[in-house]
Amino acid sequence: MLALLLLITIPLLGAGLAFAIKDNGKRPWILVPIAVVHAVTVSWLWVSGSFPTLGRWLLLDAMGKIVLGLISLLFLGASLYAVGYLKQRLERNNRNFVASLLFFLSAVTVVTLSHHFGLLWVALEATTLASAPLLYFNHNQRSLEATWKYLIICSVGIALALLGTFFLAMAETAAGPVENPLFLPTMLQHGASFSVPWLRASFIFLLVGYGTKMGLAPMHTWKPDAYGEAPGLVGFLLAGALTSCAFLALFRINQVCQAAQQADFARPLFVMIGLLSMGVAAVFMLGQEDYKRMLAYSSVEHMGILTLALGLGGLAIYGALLHLLSNGLAKGVLFLTAGNIHRHYRSKSVSSVQGVFRRLPLSGALFMAGFIAITGSPPFGIFVSEFTILRSAVNDGHWTVVALFLGFLALIFVGMGRIVLSMTQGEPAENQPRRGVEGEAPAALPTEGATRAPVIEPWLTTLTPCVLLLSVFLLGIYIPSWLDRPLQMAAALVGGHR
Amino acid sequence: MDHLVQIILIGVILTNLVVLGSHPLNTCIRAVALQGVALGVLPLFLHGREWSYHTFLISFMVIGLKGFLIPILLFRAIREAVVRKEQEPLIGFTASLILGGGLVGLGFAVSSGLPLPAEIKSSLLVPVALSTLMIGLLVIVTRVKILTQTLGYLMLENGIFAFGLILTKELPWLIEMGVSLDIFAGIFVMGTLMGHIHEEFNTLSVRKLSSLKG
Repeated sequence: MLALLLLITIPLLGAGLAFAIKDNGKRPWILVPIAVVHAVTVSWLWVSGSFPTLGRWLLLDAMGKIVLGLISLLFLGASLYAVGYLKQRLERNNRNFVASLLFFLSAVTVVTLSHHFGLLWVALEATTLASAPLLYFNHNQRSLEATWKYLIICSVGIALALLGTFFLAMAETAAGPVENPLFLPTMLQHGASFSVPWLRASFIFLLVGYGTKMGLAPMHTWKPDAYGEAPGLVGFLLAGALTSCAFLALFRINQVCQAAQQADFARPLFVMIGLLSMGVAAVFMLGQEDYKRMLAYSSVEHMGILTLALGLGGLAIYGALLHLLSNGLAKGVLFLTAGNIHRHYRSKSVSSVQGVFRRLPLSGALFMAGFIAITGSPPFGIFVSEFTILRSAVNDGHWTVVALFLGFLALIFVGMGRIVLSMTQGEPAENQPRRGVEGEAPAALPTEGATRAPVIEPWLTTLTPCVLLLSVFLLGIYIPSWLDRPLQMAAALVGGHR
Repeated sequence: MDHLVQIILIGVILTNLVVLGSHPLNTCIRAVALQGVALGVLPLFLHGREWSYHTFLISFMVIGLKGFLIPILLFRAIREAVVRKEQEPLIGFTASLILGGGLVGLGFAVSSGLPLPAEIKSSLLVPVALSTLMIGLLVIVTRVKILTQTLGYLMLENGIFAFGLILTKELPWLIEMGVSLDIFAGIFVMGTLMGHIHEEFNTLSVRKLSSLKG
């Protein structure tokens, strides 16, 4: 269908256009119309209720529709924020940055549409390559180190996933030649004839490989560096869009395992790696001194929750999909406002950032609200999704899981709360903000007198987090039928239900 | 034909051990390049006499890319860097070789549990692929030089490529092109980053990349 082709090619054309535009001030604006076209097209696909195809391997099913919808919405918000952000960073050439953002959008779109495991791999590897220049935007020693670490760890992870993909092809062809191997619909039909040893080996490699991309422990070590050193905007897209794509890949392999009657093999591994990720996040959150790295560990936590839910199955799947949406939205609030705070205070150290409420009232309030949302407090969407997952574990009598789940959530709440409260409360330091070379630097320094007064922040860098916060709030209050139906359809793909 | 396949695969293992045991970076690059050429030749003999344009094109592309183009990029990287041109292992060469031998054994052990299709005559292909992958991982985590980490990644990728040869008939053209392009682009980005790292830190060692912790 033409709509799918547009979703993939228009961002690519925009990336080419970004290289052609020479004006560093005007270039970021091309992000907005492309994001709008992408979002309108996706909205139309949602409203029409259709499941279009393009060629043999691209198909938009219910699960792809959910991830694609989330990504399109997040990118739309990111494009506005990017214009506001890059306006404050005119000293830096943004050509590669803008082009990489658009290439990234195209690659993640292919991920959501792909029903061929080989093409899925190609698209996910492309997202790694597209995001490396984004991480390196600040061009300093720390961002360079973070980018290298991200590139080497994620490339290794994706490489292991490639081997897992090959093993999957071996499992499928063991019973005889297959005309179009690695094609998901075919695999779901003939899963019973798969070679079990090859399928299990495949599952291990795919879980480790795509789990690395998702940032699951113990393969998560790229995440605090990447999120800590990247602009908040990039952290937002990685935490919301990129990890959702990796989760989609795990979802797909789960579909295959179920079709091959190997769900009992897959489930415990999902549960264990999910709980491990939550535990690691809890440990490193306590005593954390860098609030952007804090957000990275929050991302590890929530990827762990998604994977845990995938392992629990049943009602938890529906909770996982809700969680995917709510986490993406709430993370957006936190990363974008953390970016605002960082640009103003020029420090990522919690002890150097005080009195955000007084100095940046809007971002401070949004950051606090984002913390409340992300830690699963009512009335936000994450409370609903986490409660749904918890209810599923209780119903099925997984008491160890229940205890660990609640324990880790409590630890993370305490660890994160300590940081957020100390940042937002209190008085700003009397002296001037530190003028370190660390990270981002504004184009113009605030005047002496102005640093004491509350800052009126530009709408371009505050509208998006406001809308995202409102969205995750609405998700907690009420789930409309046009959203509930695809969630149920997607959950049903892996035996989930409401 | 089958004997030739076995000899090539033994050569691949030997090049792995050369990288683990050699001091000069030049030698390591040449060993990985030779490994790439060996893997490029492999498709011609692996599926018996069923040669086709497809098989020749794969071989040509792999030999050109892995045997020449990527090594040239890496040689240029070390020439432009004011840097000691030897490996800096975090563990000694002896320990590296012992671990490498262990990983080869592990590759054989894991492979014994995985049934092979009848047309694959070579009993060495899967164990060599898995061993190369694991030794590549070992190189990445135990080497200080960023260039050597890149070599380790190339070796890991070579192991996966070797395994993928079993599926040459099964996988569509587009996937192979996509995979090759992604891998080359990945190496290119790594090469670009190496240049920046050299400019920034005046070294190509990960010892300097240590300010980010926890």
